[in-house]
Amino acid sequence: MSSRPAISIRSVSKRWTPEGRAPVQALSNLTFDVAPGEFIVLLGPSGCGKSTLLYMIAGLEDVSGGAIFCDGEPVTEPSAERGLIFQEASLFPWLTIADNVAFGLAIQHEQPVRRREIAIEMLKRVGLGDMLDKKPDELSGGMRQRAACARALAMRPKVLMMDEPFAALDVQTRSRMQDFLLQIWRDSGACVLLVTHSIDEAISLADRVVVFTARPGQVKTIVPIDLPRPRQSRDPRYHAYRDMFTELLADEVERAFAEQEAG
Amino acid sequence: MSADVDPASLSPAEPERKVGLVLSPAWRRRFATLGWGFVSIGLFAGIWELLWALGYANPLLLPPPHLFLSDIPGTLQYFDRSNRIGSVASGGGVLALLLTMGSTTLRVVIGLTLGFICGVAVGATIHYIKPARNLLLPTILLLAPISPVAWLPVAIFVFGIGDVPAVFLVFITVFFAIVLSTGAQIESVPKNYIHVARIMGATRRQTFWRVILPSILPSLFMTLRLNLFAAWMVVLIAETVGVGTGLGQITSMARSTFNARLVFFTMGIIGVLGFLSDWGLRQVQRKMLWWVAPNQGASR
Ligand SMILES: Nc1ncnc2c1ncn2[C@@H]1O[C@H](COP(=O)(O)OP(=O)(O)OP(=O)(O)O)[C@@H](O)[C@H]1O
Ligand SMILES: [Mg+2]
Repeated sequence: MSSRPAISIRSVSKRWTPEGRAPVQALSNLTFDVAPGEFIVLLGPSGCGKSTLLYMIAGLEDVSGGAIFCDGEPVTEPSAERGLIFQEASLFPWLTIADNVAFGLAIQHEQPVRRREIAIEMLKRVGLGDMLDKKPDELSGGMRQRAACARALAMRPKVLMMDEPFAALDVQTRSRMQDFLLQIWRDSGACVLLVTHSIDEAISLADRVVVFTARPGQVKTIVPIDLPRPRQSRDPRYHAYRDMFTELLADEVERAFAEQEAG
Repeated sequence: MSADVDPASLSPAEPERKVGLVLSPAWRRRFATLGWGFVSIGLFAGIWELLWALGYANPLLLPPPHLFLSDIPGTLQYFDRSNRIGSVASGGGVLALLLTMGSTTLRVVIGLTLGFICGVAVGATIHYIKPARNLLLPTILLLAPISPVAWLPVAIFVFGIGDVPAVFLVFITVFFAIVLSTGAQIESVPKNYIHVARIMGATRRQTFWRVILPSILPSLFMTLRLNLFAAWMVVLIAETVGVGTGLGQITSMARSTFNARLVFFTMGIIGVLGFLSDWGLRQVQRKMLWWVAPNQGASR
């Protein structure tokens, strides 16, 4: 494994300046690296800037200070190498599932036949091989998220970012989706950055968990999860991690609430 | 409707009996709609006939349906085959009727199509190009609330007498609505759609044609449908003034010659055409905008 990080975040800060409202310092002085193929979970109280960070890594938003490097290159604009999956599936309702998955390929002028082949291959990988010509609203929420995953994977990304991808799903579907995600991650070799509110999700998925402070978001601590996969929630060490994260988050959530009530 | 359907025949225990005996639910719904249509119109006509039979409705002023539908060949005499102003009715017949209906419909269709396309083009230009917005938007906001009917004299001054003023009036009816709605709809395209396009490396042009346009089309089409009836109104008004043929011209002639039968006959035709054109637009919507249910669309 090369020593160069896949993503490196250097003293990044972000200040939102919405028109007609007071500016918001969302992130301040954030620094950490992500190794190639690593699975990182971002955990933090609501409003601490986790989504903002993903948008900046994706290149959809500018940083206000510091810099983000991907494979050593500064991030200046979006790229299909850095796929982003949103909380609610953002499939286009006017395209079939297969055409949605092939959307990025069509943008890059891939041949229609080849496009279809890749779409079929990706949809098979996410277990939607028989949904090719369905409309997005004929699929369940979990299936839509898998299709969105296939759309990102079709571009062979080096980084796969997910913003609370399973938050809207029920508990059973959610745990199935987590297994599925681990499999995708292993197959693709991409590094994954996943934002979640769920401590259990963080422990069962991550190589390392980045815990954020309340706004303005900073890295509170980075916790490597030294448990073999598949991880068992009965494992006493799992419980130790859970207690630790609960404690870490508790004061931050408290601070976030205090601030929200104040202003 | 349910009296002739044995509930047992629908039970899964005897699927073979169901085949051929019972209409599919879709067809039953269609027949029910049709049935209620007949009942509704029948009731309306019945009350009218009743008023006539009781002597409340003067047959010269309000001839009931059986009177204005009885002498169709006579009525058709008034329809003219030539698209010329002031030409004496040539005793037209069915062909002339169809020609009259066709020319009015054609004016509506051309006006709507041009209005829609130009409206989207101007709306998008205003939205994306700042100088264009600064230059055009105030004028458009000033002109938009003016009733299309008020444009009639202008249309005749500019385009003279003929087909163009009628088409122009229909154009005006939808144009401003579509221009304003285009901007608002582009504004409300979900941000995530745009993000996806940007991540996939779409250029601005690709984003517009592949993401923005498909996501605003359903609402724009809804705007078009809402303005369809207004378009039918103004085309008739335009035809009473400046055109040699068309349903509006017939109505106006019927009014000035005090021909109540012809008035109601033409009104019936206009009603049917309006209904059919709305139905036609719904079919277009179903075929081309298949991802939205026919009555939905404004919500997106
Ligand atoms: N487009 C924007 N314009 C202005 N302010 C914004 C914008 N997006 C986010 N913010 C502000 O930045 C802060 C961080 O938002 P962000 O969405 O990144 O938080 P988050 O950690 O993802 O929260 P959650 O867990 O609730 O999703 C919030 O205070 C939010 O109000
Ligand atoms: Mg968020």
